[in-house]
This record gives sequence, structure tokens and C-alpha cells, in this order.
Amino acid sequence: MKLLYFAWVRERIGKAEEQVDPPAGVDTVGELVAWLARRDEQYAYAFANPKVIRAAIDRSHVRADAKIAGASEIAFFPPMTGG
Amino acid sequence: MTTTIRLQREAFDIADEVAKLTIGRTDIGAVVTFTGVCRADENGKPIAALILEHYPGMAEAEIARHVEEAHARWPLFGVTVIHRHGRLTPGEVIVLVLTASSHREAAFAAAAFLMDYLKTRAPFWKRVETADGTAWVDAKAADDAAAERWATPPERRREAAK
Repeated sequence: MKLLYFAWVRERIGKAEEQVDPPAGVDTVGELVAWLARRDEQYAYAFANPKVIRAAIDRSHVRADAKIAGASEIAFFPPMTGG
Repeated sequence: MTTTIRLQREAFDIADEVAKLTIGRTDIGAVVTFTGVCRADENGKPIAALILEHYPGMAEAEIARHVEEAHARWPLFGVTVIHRHGRLTPGEVIVLVLTASSHREAAFAAAAFLMDYLKTRAPFWKRVETADGTAWVDAKAADDAAAERWATPPERRREAAK
């Protein structure tokens, strides 16, 4: 699946997007965040406070307990500040 | 209903957008215009510019979902939402929301609803540019509270107020 990062999540990770293949047992958005945070220091920094991380699956907002099966695009970003 | 949703870097003419929404129609009795403008300060400190990042594709889809919801809640004839991205300097327009209805109550309410949701649900992120560099703008609890007040549909809010 394709992951997209925006705003300071993108800056901390150091890339805007990537393809990942999460292992078995990573079934929800929250588990995906925890798995990513274990990758290296940059990911750990980006996801240090999972409570402030917002997620979208295929361009719709989802909560941390949303299942990732079948998703083609998952995005992570901070709380929004538009308008 | 006439719906226009645009995300763009370029400036636009507000009067022109109002004219496009109302041209040839005599059933519209109220057009509410909300214009969000870049200020020269953020948290009391002077800024040189705002830099807006967005999630292309999702931003349009999310705005469209809220326009549909506004249409379901209020009798609207037309909605226009234009949100700019990129680097904007103080005095420049960031966002425009136009709502048209036969009467003002629906137009005012729908415009407030759309702006409250744009602030908290549309995937845009602001950075301020100052003499010291750039910094991400923090989300405001007041904006979440403003959006939360629409979580109860209007008919139930009226019942609750009785």
C-alpha cells in the first residue's frame, strides 16, 4: 500500500510518500503507526505522540481502530489548520 | 444546486464569483460571503507570509462531502468554496465561502457550518514565515469546539433547546 505524509509528519520522516508492505498482525491504522514508529529515529519522532496523528484511508478520515485491509492509500498528518 | 469547489494558488475576484453564482436567477434572496484573509501577525508576532500545504484529491473530496451535508441541512441554491494554497502574504485572500438561499438564515448558517468544518476537517496545514524562519501553526481547541456545535443536527438542537 502507498503511504502519504503531510506537514510536520512529512518533514520529520523526511519523505512525502512511500510503498510499504506491513507484516501480518498489523491490521489497524493504530497498529500501522506503532509498526512505523519502530522503524528508525525519524519515524519514532514523527509518531512520538500518536494521539495527535490524524489518518485518512483512500482520502477519507478514519480513526486509529480502522482496518487497513484493502486500503490503497493511507495518509498521516497533524491536526488540520486550513480555512 | 450549483456547487463550485476550487483549490488554487492564484488570486481570484470575489465579486466575479458572486456573479457566477447568481447570474440568471431570481429565486436567490440571500448570498452570504465569508472571506478568510491572511493577517500580518500570528499569536501577536509579525509574520511575512503563510505557506499552505494541502492533500490534493482528499481536500476537494472532503470539502465536497461537507457541501453535500450543508445542502442536506439547509435549503441552498448554490455553494462556492475556493481555498488557496502556496505562499500568501498579509492582506491576501486565503479562502472564500459563498452560500446562496432564498432567505438569509439558511445562507448564514450554512456558511458558518462550512467554515467551521473547513478549519478542522479539510486537509490543509499552515506554516508561518517570519524573520526567524518557518513554523507550523498549531491547531486551535476553539476551532474544534466551533465544529463540534454542528455535530447535533439542527432539528435535534431545536428540540433540545425547548
